[in-house]
Amino acid sequence: MRVRKSYRSPGHEFLLDLEFPAPPGFTILFGPSGSGKSTLLDCIAGLTVPDNGIIAIEDRVFFDSTANIDLPVARRGIGYVLQQLALFPHLTVAKNVEFGLAHIPRSERAQRASEMLRQFRIEHLRKLKPAHISGGERQRVALARALVTNPGVLLLDEPLAALDAATKTRIIDDLRDWNQAHSIPILYVTHSREEVLALGERVLVIDNGRIVANGTPHEVLRAPRQETVAQLAGFENIFDAAVRFVHEDRGTITCLLRGEKGKAFVLMETPLIHAEPGSHIRVGIRAGDILLAVAQPIGLSARNILAGKVVSVERRDMIVSVRVDCGVEMEVHITLAARDALRLESGREVWLVIKTHSCHLMAK
Amino acid sequence: MMPIDWQVFILTVELAVIVSACLGVIGLPLAYWIAFSTWRWKFLVEAIVALPIVLPPTVLGFYLLVALGSRSPIGRWCQALTGHTLAFTFTGLVVGSILYSLPFAVQPFTASFAAVDRKLLAASATLGAAPLRTFIRVIIPLSKPGLITGLALAFAHTVGEFGVVLMIGGNIPGVTRTASIEIYDQVQASNYAAANAMSLLLLLFSFAVLALLYGLNRRPVDSKAHNETSWINSPLQ
Repeated sequence: MRVRKSYRSPGHEFLLDLEFPAPPGFTILFGPSGSGKSTLLDCIAGLTVPDNGIIAIEDRVFFDSTANIDLPVARRGIGYVLQQLALFPHLTVAKNVEFGLAHIPRSERAQRASEMLRQFRIEHLRKLKPAHISGGERQRVALARALVTNPGVLLLDEPLAALDAATKTRIIDDLRDWNQAHSIPILYVTHSREEVLALGERVLVIDNGRIVANGTPHEVLRAPRQETVAQLAGFENIFDAAVRFVHEDRGTITCLLRGEKGKAFVLMETPLIHAEPGSHIRVGIRAGDILLAVAQPIGLSARNILAGKVVSVERRDMIVSVRVDCGVEMEVHITLAARDALRLESGREVWLVIKTHSCHLMAK
Repeated sequence: MMPIDWQVFILTVELAVIVSACLGVIGLPLAYWIAFSTWRWKFLVEAIVALPIVLPPTVLGFYLLVALGSRSPIGRWCQALTGHTLAFTFTGLVVGSILYSLPFAVQPFTASFAAVDRKLLAASATLGAAPLRTFIRVIIPLSKPGLITGLALAFAHTVGEFGVVLMIGGNIPGVTRTASIEIYDQVQASNYAAANAMSLLLLLFSFAVLALLYGLNRRPVDSKAHNETSWINSPLQ
């Protein structure tokens, strides 16, 4: 499919311009909010009309600007689960699931709905209204409501964003089972790295209306080449850097990292790339890949050991985010246990240990 | 026993019931169009619908009288069709009242339609529902408080109208003499007991209608979407 859609508002212009195949199975659309993922789904669903392009699923054409085809939403045969779920608040769970089956006889309708409710383990909720069930249950109802119609394509817009990890995993398993049996194209929008890794067959990384990377989750997330991908892939630390020395014999290069205000500098050893001394690149380091020591470590294989001071210690759920000023400011993630064992607090002198291969280089 | 002219009262209620029913039929599609159309000149239609709120009833009544009279094309057409003009008839009164009460029905309808979460409409469409089915199965049920308010206001407003009725209905007993005109007549004739009887009846009746309205709207459909439209629950603010 190929979709182009531009939006113009005063002082703001946005162009969505994508082309990709949508074979059966999961295709993950991954990108920051505002990148155009939801607009793309709306175009496929027919809720938004593209400026031009072709949208076809398998051999069914939904939209073709040159042939003047624009199939009405109701006739596209899609299943669309919106982030807000949009369950009908005035209808019971059973009636919600039956909503899309208006075209088949009443008895068969009820039977197909109960089958789907059973499959998603929400049969006991059939008489309740959406306001009276939990978030995870609502999610299942929304999925069941979309799937019961036997859609030709399934569009999922961050369907699991609001759920805890355990519920998420169970629903993903259910979705996988369903996909095994039906094998239709499933476009799954998310900005969660975990979901990408859990689901992924194919990932399209979308930024600012364009596809900036695609491949398996492993390919796309582990070795990002584009900075936007890096930010998405969870690099908490991204620095502008200049290549200082290239050590072809050692398989490394030495980079000079520049801090946010451009005044502080740090030298680091990073993996070898084809770069001229003096060229500008970016370095991304995951906060979870950095070791933190309260005494100067010796005898390590890691090539980067940086002395610094703790700026702040902040607990986020089950991890602790420590900001350390070591010339540039770095974010380090450690466990609660590590924080307590090291008695970390602001002003404490620490050393950061960063392996060469934890430094990811990107073109600037 | 107070001297109540029941014929007048029944005529008034009959008029209000017919007008409310007609406004349901005309008002729902009109409100739907106002709520969802993207036509750039839509605001002109909205302004026209709202006109009866600001116009003195005598102005509306005057133009209706001219329009329904035997010199206007509409009036002549009616005359050819039924043998008489609509002026000074019950049908004419119904037409006038519909126009006069239009905004009181259409505005609450529109407000409640517009307050329905667009995501629900999108969900309905993706589930294969054509716009009419979405309207009946999703929009109408979720707009219940606004619909009840609109119909009740149209009803109450018709019961209480005076100027338009006087202009186009005249004061024909059993045909166009409504309660408010009866009260005016009785006062003119210094017949205070009769005026008081009809006034009290109207007062109690209006109170009963409004109490019923607030009672029905006390527990709206359990939807979060309706928090935003709570003003509909107190229409007279």
